[in-house]
Amino acid sequence: MKEIRGKIYGVSGPTVIASGMSNAVMNTVCLVGRQGLLGEIIRIREDRAILQVYEDTGGLTVGEEVVSYGRPLSVTLGPGLLTNIVDGIQRPLLKIKEASGGFIGKGVKAEALEMDRVWEFRPVKKPGDHVEPGAIIGEVPETERITHRVMAPPGVSGVIKDIISGNATGRAPVCVLEDGTEIGLYQQWPVRLQRPFKAKLPPEVPFKTGQRVFDTLLPVAEGGTAIVPGGFGTGKTVVEQTIAKYATCDIVIYVGCGERGNEMSEILTDFPTLKDPATGLPLSLRTVIVVNTSNMPVAAREASIFTGITIAEYYRDMGYSVALLADSISRWAEALREISSRLEEMPGEEGFPPYLATQLGGFYERSGKVKCLGPDERTGSITVISAVSPPGGDFSEPVTQASLRFAGALWALDPDLAYRRHFPAVNWLVSFSLYQTELLDWYSREISPDMLRLRARLFELLQKQSELREIIQIIGVEALQEADRLTLEVANIASEAFLKQSIFNEADAFNTFEKQFWMLKVLFAYMDNASAALKRGVYIETILDSPLRTRVLRMQNTPNDGFGKNAEGLINEIESEFSTVEEK
Amino acid sequence: MDLITREYRTITSITGPLIFAEKVKGGGLGEMCVVRMAGGEIRRGQILQLLGDRAIVQVLQGTSGIDAEAASVLPTGETARAGVSMDMFGRVFNGFGDPIDGLPPIIPEKHLEIAGLPMNPASREKPDFFVQTGISAIDGLNTLVRGQKLPIFSGAGLPAKELALQIVRQSKVSEAADFCVILGAMGITAREAFFFRKALQETGSSERTVAFVNQASDPTIERLFTPRIALAAAEYLAFEKGYHVMVVLTDMTAYCEALREIGSAREEIPGRRSYPGYMYTDLASIYERAGRLKGQKGSITMMPILTMPDDDITHPIPDLTGYITEGQIVLSRALHRKGVYPPIDVLPCLSRLMNLGIGKGKTRDGHRTLADALYSAYARGIDVRRLVTIVGEEGLTELDRKYLSFSEEFEKRFIGQGDEDRSIDATLDLGLELLKIVPERELTLRARKG
Ligand SMILES: Nc1ncnc2c1ncn2[C@@H]1O[C@H](COP(=O)(O)OP(=O)(O)OP(=O)(O)O)[C@@H](O)[C@H]1O
Ligand SMILES: [Mg+2]
Repeated sequence: MKEIRGKIYGVSGPTVIASGMSNAVMNTVCLVGRQGLLGEIIRIREDRAILQVYEDTGGLTVGEEVVSYGRPLSVTLGPGLLTNIVDGIQRPLLKIKEASGGFIGKGVKAEALEMDRVWEFRPVKKPGDHVEPGAIIGEVPETERITHRVMAPPGVSGVIKDIISGNATGRAPVCVLEDGTEIGLYQQWPVRLQRPFKAKLPPEVPFKTGQRVFDTLLPVAEGGTAIVPGGFGTGKTVVEQTIAKYATCDIVIYVGCGERGNEMSEILTDFPTLKDPATGLPLSLRTVIVVNTSNMPVAAREASIFTGITIAEYYRDMGYSVALLADSISRWAEALREISSRLEEMPGEEGFPPYLATQLGGFYERSGKVKCLGPDERTGSITVISAVSPPGGDFSEPVTQASLRFAGALWALDPDLAYRRHFPAVNWLVSFSLYQTELLDWYSREISPDMLRLRARLFELLQKQSELREIIQIIGVEALQEADRLTLEVANIASEAFLKQSIFNEADAFNTFEKQFWMLKVLFAYMDNASAALKRGVYIETILDSPLRTRVLRMQNTPNDGFGKNAEGLINEIESEFSTVEEK
Repeated sequence: MDLITREYRTITSITGPLIFAEKVKGGGLGEMCVVRMAGGEIRRGQILQLLGDRAIVQVLQGTSGIDAEAASVLPTGETARAGVSMDMFGRVFNGFGDPIDGLPPIIPEKHLEIAGLPMNPASREKPDFFVQTGISAIDGLNTLVRGQKLPIFSGAGLPAKELALQIVRQSKVSEAADFCVILGAMGITAREAFFFRKALQETGSSERTVAFVNQASDPTIERLFTPRIALAAAEYLAFEKGYHVMVVLTDMTAYCEALREIGSAREEIPGRRSYPGYMYTDLASIYERAGRLKGQKGSITMMPILTMPDDDITHPIPDLTGYITEGQIVLSRALHRKGVYPPIDVLPCLSRLMNLGIGKGKTRDGHRTLADALYSAYARGIDVRRLVTIVGEEGLTELDRKYLSFSEEFEKRFIGQGDEDRSIDATLDLGLELLKIVPERELTLRARKG
């Protein structure tokens, strides 16, 4: 593709109209103006190309040059992605910090990954071996936690002529095929193009978040998608960050899309020291941060989720389970709307462009569990969990509604719960998980067949709680039948002790499935024994005054390790106390 | 470029504060222009959009009196900048940075772009330094830290200004020597302007204060410049001179209305309730300028004040603000009517950075637990209060009654502290004391004194 040189004809916000661009290609990048700002062609009208510009357009004038090299907007994939923090178009923010200090200067340039950095390449193939697309040719210890698998890129196959061992950089190939094709540590991939795989696989394993309300009640499958809508301050970011900390997965791609800078500084400071509960290694070793805060250029915000998901696909292709956490998809949609309105396009609902849902679908559908390219039957997955920020907290708006079409789980956050500091503020009556049927087998097999029964009882109890609450609103608690009062009390314990989970309390912040199971066991042992006592004629006050109630209410503060043992002890005490307590 | 060839007597139309000019060459997006009027009067303009040789220019002082036939537009080659220096202290400027206190202009040490540059998220220092405001509902339950942006959501006639000034006055004490205040006032009345000036003088803060004031009678476009110029000054004081700057911006509602006015003059497709679709991004370019930087001593803490139209927290102005800021302090008309001052409705309040600034060595061990316990007890008390109106006191259990009395005491004593400047210890002790009304066994964690 040869170069095309045009001129700026118009500038409006983040968009630039360039004239003299005949033969320009959609979605290819251009360098705009004297400072060579990066832009992408998003519309073509005759010889004019309309670009969204990824950097501040302030100061651009009509007549400045626009150059297209015909390349699509791409990310660089290879070792060094992990532990890194990049902006929406993969500019390394730590390098930019070295170059321009506290603020991001105009027109700063920096290579996404360091091509000169030396990595140890360990070949797993030898000359004469045949490779096909996706075949692993060697490994690089990228971090203490993650081994980077160097793969033959999509479309590349043949017989190996030469393969190196030992020190490697991005400047020379690590492997050469008989036909002269070179394979290096790094490859480029267009962000708007899904990376290929062999087949999609059905969801059958839960994505373990360590959060009770999700794992037990509203599970998302590995390779699934969950959306977390909620008004401001209802806890979306905390959900995303908690999952980034505690989820059982190999890789976390955290996309801060149009949100706050201080939230990122928290992750940046904490993740190098916080330990991943599964391996005990620092969290940063499995994490890539893509961040384009609300005050950074809006077009780069639009690109950020595609940059994020392309990196996620790359690690999925290596056979890893990847979590892509996007906060917030609404800010992406708003970026799309801002750009679309500069183009004076006919707006759809609430000013969003009519192609909102299509583009959103293009993002969500890149999640999934797949059989990867390559000869070795490995599988990888991308689980997408994205925050949605509906204006006024009203879920009927277009972005929430469009996201719902692609989401397998809805974790709806509720301001009322947040106001009373019930976190995670998940409204369990409106939320749902479409994966539960597929996952029940796993629960029964891996935790206990009894888990299914306990889970069903919990649903029933919560349903009953909402009914009883409505009744109280009319007649008062005192007028309830004693059995109902007890049910209500137990339901309240269930919400206080089980559904509520504090990130500030170490023992509570992350829970294994085993602990979740035993907590339910205790809860229902308490309920059954208390009901039996009540039937026998024990005063409800006596039952509720028992210190056992407070112990059940506080059981979440007991650590994961040894929880089962503790729980058994508590259940025994419950049984013996309630069977011996005196009747009226 | 030669000046004469760059002057254009080619205004094709004028709408609201905007001029549409033709044959404009060489002007860059965002560049400042000189608008020369028939009588020789000069106004300032800024290029908002370019298309071929046409430009849309917003006129800072408004377009009233401009004759399209006789006026001309001249790009200056400069972006919008403000002169800053240490001499700003004690001075009052308008929203463009011109002095309005009758004293001569300052001699600038630097000319800073008022739009500023985005802070690199990787250069930010995590805000974790506790600021004692002396207000229990804030220090105890929604703690402010240096570098945070924490707005006050007010309603018409509620004492937001008084509260903001009390916070400024009281934090000054705990923040000591390096503390200074920047006031950015948009569309305020002459009475309010007087009130602020007097109050700052009385507290003796005026020599550590810089004020940028745009009154309701001043040009609308000036409102869009005011917070930015205030923040450019704040960045200079914080990151070049090492001050802990508290920026009070009032009233963001007037700012947003100005934004809407420009949007409709440009015939843009409006978003929710006819505010521009890019209002989130625009507000973020202001609010995100709060923060701290690695390796720098100073900080910018921001306290924007806004008036919720119709007391509606879902209105786009509070809504988008809440989506950007690190929490919010919400004032309540009901508490105000009850005579509670400050009338802070703690349930919808939030400080997202609280946890970084509290605990052992900062406030007190167990602070978090205590705050959570106070919150759930108060929320429960409010539920009971609602219930009473339906089922009467008789329908309540013994426990409900306790929660009810807790919520009454809590509002009266904890929130309604009046003008008292309370230490964090006094706040937390009072919280513990009030919590005794509720039986210990009700709490999921023991709130303890550490
Ligand atoms: N699991 C939790 N445990 C304790 N506190 C929580 C929890 N989740 C949320 N919070 C509290 O709620 C606050 C707001 O949460 P968060 O910042 O995640 O909201 P958000 O939904 O992302 O808001 P926005 O849309 O404005 O970004 C947090 O700062 C924290 O104080
Ligand atoms: Mg958030």
